[in-house]
Amino acid sequence: MIERRDRPIGEDLQQLEQTWADPQGLAGWFTHVDHKSIGRRYLVTAFAFFVMGGVLAALMRLQLSRPDNTILGPDLYNQIFTTHGTTMMFLFAVPVMQGLGIYFVPLMVGARGIAFPRLVAFSYWMLLFGGIFLYVSFLAGAGPDVGWFSYPPLAESLYTPSRRADVWAQLITFTEVASLAVAVSLITTALKLRAPGMTLNRIPIFVWAQVVTSFMVLFAMPAVMLASTSLILDRLVGTHFFDVEHAGDALLWQHLFWFFGHPEVYIIFIPGTGLVSTIVTAFSQRRMFGYLAAVLSLVSTAFMGFGLWVHHMFATGLPQLGESFFTAASIIIAIPTGTQIFCWIATLWSGRLMVKTPMLWILGFFAIFIAGGLTGVMLAAVPLNTQVHDTFFVVAHFHYVLIGGAVFPLFAAFYYWYPKITGRLLSERLGVWVFGLLFVGFNLTFFPMHILGLHGMPRRVYTYPAAMGWGALNLLASVGAIFMACAVAIFIIDSIRALAANRVAAPNPWNAGTLEWATSSPPPHSNFLHLPTVSGREPLWENPPEQPVVVGLRTDARDVLVTHVLDAEPDHRLLFPAPSIWPFLTAIAATVLFIWSIFTPWGVIYGAVPVFVTMVGWFWPKSAQEGGTRLWPLQRSLPRPNEAPAAGGAI
Amino acid sequence: MSGARTLDVSALPPGAFGSRTLTFWGTLGIVVIEGTVFALAIGAYFYLVSRFPAWPPHGVAAPDLRWGTLNTIVLLASLVPNELARRAGEQVNLGKVRIWMVVCLVFALAFNAVRAFEFAHLNVMWDRDAYGSIVWLMLGLHTTHIITDFLDSTVLTVLMFTGPVEEHRFVDVEENAVYWYFVVLAWLPIYGVIYWAPRLL
Repeated sequence: MIERRDRPIGEDLQQLEQTWADPQGLAGWFTHVDHKSIGRRYLVTAFAFFVMGGVLAALMRLQLSRPDNTILGPDLYNQIFTTHGTTMMFLFAVPVMQGLGIYFVPLMVGARGIAFPRLVAFSYWMLLFGGIFLYVSFLAGAGPDVGWFSYPPLAESLYTPSRRADVWAQLITFTEVASLAVAVSLITTALKLRAPGMTLNRIPIFVWAQVVTSFMVLFAMPAVMLASTSLILDRLVGTHFFDVEHAGDALLWQHLFWFFGHPEVYIIFIPGTGLVSTIVTAFSQRRMFGYLAAVLSLVSTAFMGFGLWVHHMFATGLPQLGESFFTAASIIIAIPTGTQIFCWIATLWSGRLMVKTPMLWILGFFAIFIAGGLTGVMLAAVPLNTQVHDTFFVVAHFHYVLIGGAVFPLFAAFYYWYPKITGRLLSERLGVWVFGLLFVGFNLTFFPMHILGLHGMPRRVYTYPAAMGWGALNLLASVGAIFMACAVAIFIIDSIRALAANRVAAPNPWNAGTLEWATSSPPPHSNFLHLPTVSGREPLWENPPEQPVVVGLRTDARDVLVTHVLDAEPDHRLLFPAPSIWPFLTAIAATVLFIWSIFTPWGVIYGAVPVFVTMVGWFWPKSAQEGGTRLWPLQRSLPRPNEAPAAGGAI
Repeated sequence: MSGARTLDVSALPPGAFGSRTLTFWGTLGIVVIEGTVFALAIGAYFYLVSRFPAWPPHGVAAPDLRWGTLNTIVLLASLVPNELARRAGEQVNLGKVRIWMVVCLVFALAFNAVRAFEFAHLNVMWDRDAYGSIVWLMLGLHTTHIITDFLDSTVLTVLMFTGPVEEHRFVDVEENAVYWYFVVLAWLPIYGVIYWAPRLL
């Protein structure tokens, strides 16, 4: 059925581009389903939340810069640290990594689009509305103030009678709905929409990282949704899940929360390692050393990541056997991460290293992340853990891990992929400044916190007396924050300036090997005018000149090629949905339901009606405008259930 | 590019059934998510059991077996028309799809109605203690599934009568049945925990 033959490609590329273009204009903007458009929105929105979370952090550093400071009162300080943590975890770190996945996974696997594009559009609106909801609440003086993990009994109505804890719990619902939707889309894209020839062992490591992360999302996020729902029920209708007086248990919250919360660290960190592998490979100009070991490390990290949540609860008085088990698990997880680090070092060592801005960030990542990993191994030990529990030592540790493990690779990715997304290059010279300021500023801010923690300074205190002797180190930390703010400001200015400047990027400025560089920058609406096939792990380096391109997909409808999970043989074609306003409307309806249900349980009942109506609108056929779907009863074109898969010639 | 070697996919079918489709993987993702929620709720139940000396606490009677068991039978029986609807979808047979989806809806109406009696015979309210809370949460979670499955099956069935019936809707019929399997099979452990754990512990 499929054959390779020599023939000129006479397809109508202009029509192809028109078919895949999303509508222009303001009204059209709400209907976009193009993964590049949604991915850009994810990245810009998540970065905006990063800046807002950063402003909150700067306020905290201002308050702590000297003893007995009175700029912020305790109530506002509580709201600020809670909103900072909540923003960085739920509105920045997870969405920004998923945004990279939304933009780049379809391009890296050689697909015309992302699976379930309307669901991805819906997820964006949920993320945006959730974030707006949090910040409107914060500005209205109802910002959550019970910590980013919202422990009962503090978060129960008895101690938090206001709506603040509900705002936190419902923000969780918004963001988890969004990230679950993206996870399903990314898994399906990576498994079913790969270019012919991209067998499992040729999938780019960044795509592997996104798939592994997405599976973690599927298993971890339900835990926090169940927990936050139970908390809302306790507060709204008088259930007693976490209420010890009525046979409940406050530690149930901690188990459910950390069953999500520890994997969450890896949900943020694993895409970061995918970025490191991608960039190390490109800048070493050789295939990744130990590809199989690196992929298996990702998978084993994901499994183990679910087995060590209890180390967040060492201070709660667990049975000793449990403590020993979770200590061992927490130390063992260093092994797959160490394996990856050795693979990167070997790749760098044996390649032809080019040091450009993206690579600077990777080198910074090594320094900071490894330091954070070492304090992680220290914290796995129960005696030390108990000693420094809830001190600034822990704050230092997780900022080294998260900023080192995710933010530095992320900035590397910004510099690496900015030319792909915009067709323009960022300034190398300013890039060195941004990196230098952030690297120095980061270490000035967070290294002293290790010492402050060892000296006993607790987290979440809005001030401290001068007699404690913590003033100098705190001032140092606050000065570091100024450096970091300058770095981010320069980065923002440069990335806006570069859009207008005419430093046009070459199609493949870093001479990288993966498929996203096989198309123009920025990519056309259809991603690839000629859909690629691949015969190696780094197609641009390894494909022979006569490597075939895919032809025969329709150009008058959004026709995509679906391939087999394991060997990526062509299987069938599928029409993708057109742009639609319904994901936006459904997100509005869901937002009404979520916010309404904070105030009365009837919000769930009445609010469900518009959600149902908009979902039916989403599902209902749009007749002709869908672009020539086949109506029953035409002659049957779908294959019979037991028919052998239609795949023919191997690539 | 003219004259380049090509891989012509124009003869491939415009769709497929089962695990070859994107819809199947999407459904599987939702099943994993919701299955995890059920599993964690069951985990929370037994965690609460382990933290309290007597179960159910305070001498509350276990839920009445009659309605829950009846509903288990109705739910399991609905798998027969469900399987027939799935096969009719795979055969792209509109007549059979209409018949079996309507039969499925009748079953769905029945188990939603019986569910109301289940709530009335739990013998505990959600605000009495954590035992009541977790039992209502588990039954409520599953009830959300049978209500939404009833609603989306209704929409699909209406569409199969009013048209326009695009060919890919038969894939939707098949995937709808796959999800129905999940909703019924997920009930079995929930049923075991709600109705039998208080008796056997």
